[in-house]
Parts: sequence; C-alpha cells; structure tokens
Amino acid sequence: MSSHTRSSPASRLGRRGLLTVYAILIAVPLVVVVATSLKSTPQLYADPVGLPKPPTLANFATLLTDSRIGRSFLNSVVVTAFSVSITLAVSSWASFAISRIRGWLGIALFGLFAAGLAVPAQVAMIPQYVIFRQLGLTDSLLGLVLINIAVTCPVAVFIMTGFFATLPQELFEAARMDGASTWRIYRSIALPLALPSVAAVAIFLFVMHWNDLLYPLLFITSPDHETLPKTLLDFRGEYTTNYTLLFAGVLIASAPMVVAYVALQRYFIAGLTAGATKG
Amino acid sequence: MLAPALVLYGWFVLWPSLQSLRYSVTDWDGVSPTYRIVGLDNYERLLTADTIFRQAAGNSLKFMLAVVVVQTALSLVLALALQRNSRSSVSLRALYFFPTILSSVSVAFVWSFVYDPTLGLLNSALEAVGLTSLQQPWLGDQRMAIFYLAVVQIWFHAGQMMVVFIAGLQQVPQELFDAADVDGASRWQRFRFVTFPMLRPTMVIVVAYTTIQSFKAFDLVFASTGGGPNHATEILSTLIYTTAFRSFAFGYAAAQSVIFMVLIAAVTFFQQRAVSWAAGGKA
Repeated sequence: MSSHTRSSPASRLGRRGLLTVYAILIAVPLVVVVATSLKSTPQLYADPVGLPKPPTLANFATLLTDSRIGRSFLNSVVVTAFSVSITLAVSSWASFAISRIRGWLGIALFGLFAAGLAVPAQVAMIPQYVIFRQLGLTDSLLGLVLINIAVTCPVAVFIMTGFFATLPQELFEAARMDGASTWRIYRSIALPLALPSVAAVAIFLFVMHWNDLLYPLLFITSPDHETLPKTLLDFRGEYTTNYTLLFAGVLIASAPMVVAYVALQRYFIAGLTAGATKG
Repeated sequence: MLAPALVLYGWFVLWPSLQSLRYSVTDWDGVSPTYRIVGLDNYERLLTADTIFRQAAGNSLKFMLAVVVVQTALSLVLALALQRNSRSSVSLRALYFFPTILSSVSVAFVWSFVYDPTLGLLNSALEAVGLTSLQQPWLGDQRMAIFYLAVVQIWFHAGQMMVVFIAGLQQVPQELFDAADVDGASRWQRFRFVTFPMLRPTMVIVVAYTTIQSFKAFDLVFASTGGGPNHATEILSTLIYTTAFRSFAFGYAAAQSVIFMVLIAAVTFFQQRAVSWAAGGKA
C-alpha cells in the first residue's frame, strides 16, 4: 500500500484519464465493427458511424448461405485442430527427449530448435514453396498442417524444454529403477506434471494457427481448400469496400477466438505472453 | 521421440532457409526447369541500383522504430497504471489485451474502415467536431502512410507487451520501494532509480520481441495496403513476397530475403547493446 499513499489527486486523475482514453481507443473500433456488420449498405452510406437503425442480420445470412465461408470455416477448424494437437505431441516428445540428454548434445539440439525462432518466415518461404510443390502438397489441407507443425514446433520445444528441465530428476530416476521405459515415464510422470506449460503452448498455437495468413496465401489456390484469413482477404477484392459484409465476415472468423478468450481469459493472457516472450 | 519434430523442422524450415542462400545466386524464375548461376549479381543490383528495395528497407526501419519506441513507452505507462491486481485493473487489462487474439487480416480491415477517406471513423469524427481541415486520405498519404500503419500495429500489440511489463513489475521486491520511501524519494526518483533498473531484463525482452515482431508484420501490411500506394508502405517482408510470387523472380527474392535476415540480425544486435546501455547496465 505504501507505494500509493502519496499519489496526489492530480496524478490519480491523470491516471484515470489515460486509462479511460485508451479504453475508448481500443473499444470504439470494435464497437463500430459490430455496428457496421448489422447495417445494410444504404444505412452505412447514410450514417457511417452511427448505430444501426434498425439492425439487420442480412449480412450474416448472406455469408452463411454463401457456401464459401462455411467451407473455409470448416477448413480452419480442421487445420487448426490437427496443427495444434500434432505440434503439441511432437514438440512435447522432442522437449522431453532433449531435457533427458545430458551434455553438449542436449545443448546443441536445444540450440538448433532455438535458431528457428530467429528465422523470419520470408527467409524460408521460397524454398518451402518449391519443396511443397515437388511433394504435391500445395493446395492441400495436409500441406498446411505440415507447414504449421514445422514452423511452430521451435517455439513449443523452446518453452516445454525449459519446463521439463525444471522437473526434479529424482522422479525419473526412481521410475527408471522400477523398470519404466522412457515412453512410460513421459506419459505417466512428465506429461501430467507439464500440463500447465502444455496448456499455455496450446493456446498460443491455437491463436497462431487459426489466424495465419501467410501459408494459405502461399500454398492454397482453390477456394475449396482455403482457410478463413485468406477467404476474408479475397472477400475484400470481391466486395470492394463493402464493409457491412466484410465485417460480418470478420465477426464470423473471430467468433471462436472471442468465445475462447472470454471463457479462458486468464489462461489466454498467460499463454500468449509466454509464447511471445519466451519465444 | 525426437525424430518427428526434428524431421519436420529440419526438412521444412532449416533446409529451406539454407536453400535460400543457393537460390540467391541464381536467376531462377521459380517455374523453368533450368536456371543460370549469376554469382553476386542479384546482391549487387539490390544494394546499388534497386530503389524500391531501398525504399522498402527504409520503410521497415521507420515502421520498426516507430513501433518499438511508441509501443514500448505506451505499454510501460499502461503497466505502471495497472500493476495492482484490483478488479478494475484486471478488467482493463483484459480489454487492452483483446486485440492480440484477432487475426492480422481482421485488424487490417477494422483499420481500413477507421482510415477510410469517405466513410471512415477518423474523418467522420473530425468532421463532427468541426476540424475538417485535419481530414486526411490517411493510408493514401504516401509520406505518412507507413506511420499510420505503425499506429495499427501498436493498437494490435501494446496490450500484450503491457502484460509482460506487469509481470516484470510484480517481481520487483516491495522492500526496494519501501526503502526508497524511507529515503524520501520522489515518485520520479522511485521510478528512475528503483523501478526502471529492476525492469531492465523485461525491457530487453520487450524491445527484442517488438523489433522482430514489427519486422515480421507481413500479414498486417499485406492485408491493409498490399505495400501501396506506389510502394509507400512496402516493407521488406511484403516486397519479398511480391517479388517471388507476383513477379516470379525467385532468385532475386531469395537474395532479398538473405539481406533481410542479415538486417534483422544486425538491428537486434545493436538494439540489445543500446537497451542495456540506456538501462544503466554494464552488459
């Protein structure tokens, strides 16, 4: 408490003013998006920033009957679900293995994955495109899942290796004495203990994979295999500055994230922050 | 146990990164079965003759500097204002953090509307308060557009860095503040001599992460302006994409990406030195 007893009324007012102004700056664009998505185009042109009078769900109806966004939504769900779960699986195996390898080899392997954090996507993307074209993995959801795993496993390995390294080694040695295999130690001891760290990584990956634009842009050529960010981008070309439809699309594409954020707010903030700063 | 991650990462990330070096000395168009080795011609042209590349490199640096300076200062101020775990602080943090969960494409569209010259929020608001003289074409303004995009990036990510700062602040031992109070330190002195030095490790992380993040801001820029108008918002990551996949100059784009990588490494290195120095450290 002592740190705040001396704040003057003026500085408290300044603090409140700053917080209110920033809250407005964050909230107003978001409110306007929702309002716009509930307007017809004539309503938008008559009153671009006001509330919709009366609100209409026509934009959502148009988009949901347009099979394209439904298809993309489904693709996004499939790609994200497989990308997140497989990345978690292979990264937690690798992290556990690396944390069990003593000496220079363990450090070298850790460094190898850590190097992946420094490589910007644009440096690898041209050869990636060539490799995927040779493998026949462009324009396929499987290709998206594979590239997602490859580019996000470094950050997952980085965080989870750090976590596994903090677990007391005696636990594993005792289990080893009892004849448990490495896989069994991983499954029955290490993984359950690592759940908080796995959950943080899962949320980070969920947001990354759901929102990714670059790889669908690189690889996907047919509308049937698009995920939401690419479809949204194409929409803008189609309905040039038709913001009412566009924002209904934005809301549909963001809905799963928003619902998850509201439900799991604390974990989201922790997970995304860990993913960012430890990565 | 190690194999699946290692194979995917090695095959689809490490190997391609090295391949870029090889492509960068060719004139490959990405489609033809053959190509010529052109030595360092691509690099020479990039560094001496290519004005668009120079403009994109300049824009990347402007964007990065604006974001790093403003976003770091803003998120630190917000963190200082919200460091206590009161109910209102926790809700405001959640609101400020919210944009982080959105996709870059969504954020780009939201701000396209804010900046729209005819329908947009900003020009409408200026008109409503009678300041029509301040109305702008915003993203259509070739000189300033890159900075208006920096504002979007800050809106997008300041909340995330605020959370990192709050975590750092909450690790500062309360006894240090108590000792400063006993010594009669003013609020500024407390910040300058206790909070700021104790935040040094956090500051290093935030600045490093923000630098990389703003260099990588491909999605946001690509979805907002595509690098236009007339390359005014072209940054290196969008230029590499269009060079490779719109102009089909794979070899040339690979050379761009190698320089991009070197530039990021250099900037990160000098910045870390600068941050350590500014925060009064010896390292």
